[in-house]
Amino acid sequence: MYAASATTEPMQLIETRLRERYRNVRKDSMIVRLHTDEDVVHLRKHVRERAVAIKLSLVDQTKLVTAASELARNTIKYGNGGEVQLEQLDDGIREGVALLFVDGGPGIADLDLALTDGFTSGGGLGLGLSGSRRLVDEFEIDTRVGEGMAVSVAKWKR
Amino acid sequence: MERIPILRMGDLLLVTIQVDMHDRLAMTLQDDLTQRIVDDGAKGVLIDISALDLVDSFIGRMISNTAAMAAILDARTVVVGMQPAVAITLVELGLNLVGVKTALNVERGMALLGKSFR
Repeated sequence: MYAASATTEPMQLIETRLRERYRNVRKDSMIVRLHTDEDVVHLRKHVRERAVAIKLSLVDQTKLVTAASELARNTIKYGNGGEVQLEQLDDGIREGVALLFVDGGPGIADLDLALTDGFTSGGGLGLGLSGSRRLVDEFEIDTRVGEGMAVSVAKWKR
Repeated sequence: MERIPILRMGDLLLVTIQVDMHDRLAMTLQDDLTQRIVDDGAKGVLIDISALDLVDSFIGRMISNTAAMAAILDARTVVVGMQPAVAITLVELGLNLVGVKTALNVERGMALLGKSFR
């Protein structure tokens, strides 16, 4: 599966595909809406709770919550708002947390460029996507220009 | 409106961030600090982030910008008390807080700003 693949797949299909990514190891899932600054804080709290629940180390908790914060801000700022699906994972050997961010914004024309450190289209630092990719264990992004984008990340307990 | 309190001690300004800040709150703090440096004629700013369990790129940028603005206004900024997990995450995220002076705790931060208190 590609880490980054700008396809011509309709957004609906991209979303369904990523939503089902952890279907077989999903224990529990919830949706958090992302529209305001306060929603980001709200999400950070939920992600922290789940990271603590599966006993992630403090460093890994911090990395996951920070990645969630970056991606949530992207969803609101560049994607005109959206939602995140928060999942508790258990594959029988280890536990994890997965997050799927979906927005209906303009999408990204050049994913490779968007994943480059320091590239920004909005006056930020350009670390949101590239930085959060380094903070998680699994990262998949897909988009359709004019229809939106979806980012799926996961972190597993070591 | 929600605000982070700024305390004055002589010619220093002291801020202890104890809540998980949303972006607008972080921007308000940046504006308030810059304004207070001018209003109070402050020569130093000490920002205690020991209670923060997360510093993402937005909050990191706010801290960098505040230090840069303070420097232009002839005040020095020291950030103290960063948790180890936060420091590790910040570096991995790619944020180096260039130009920001840091210290392990408030006492050392005060010393950096040229104040000893006994």
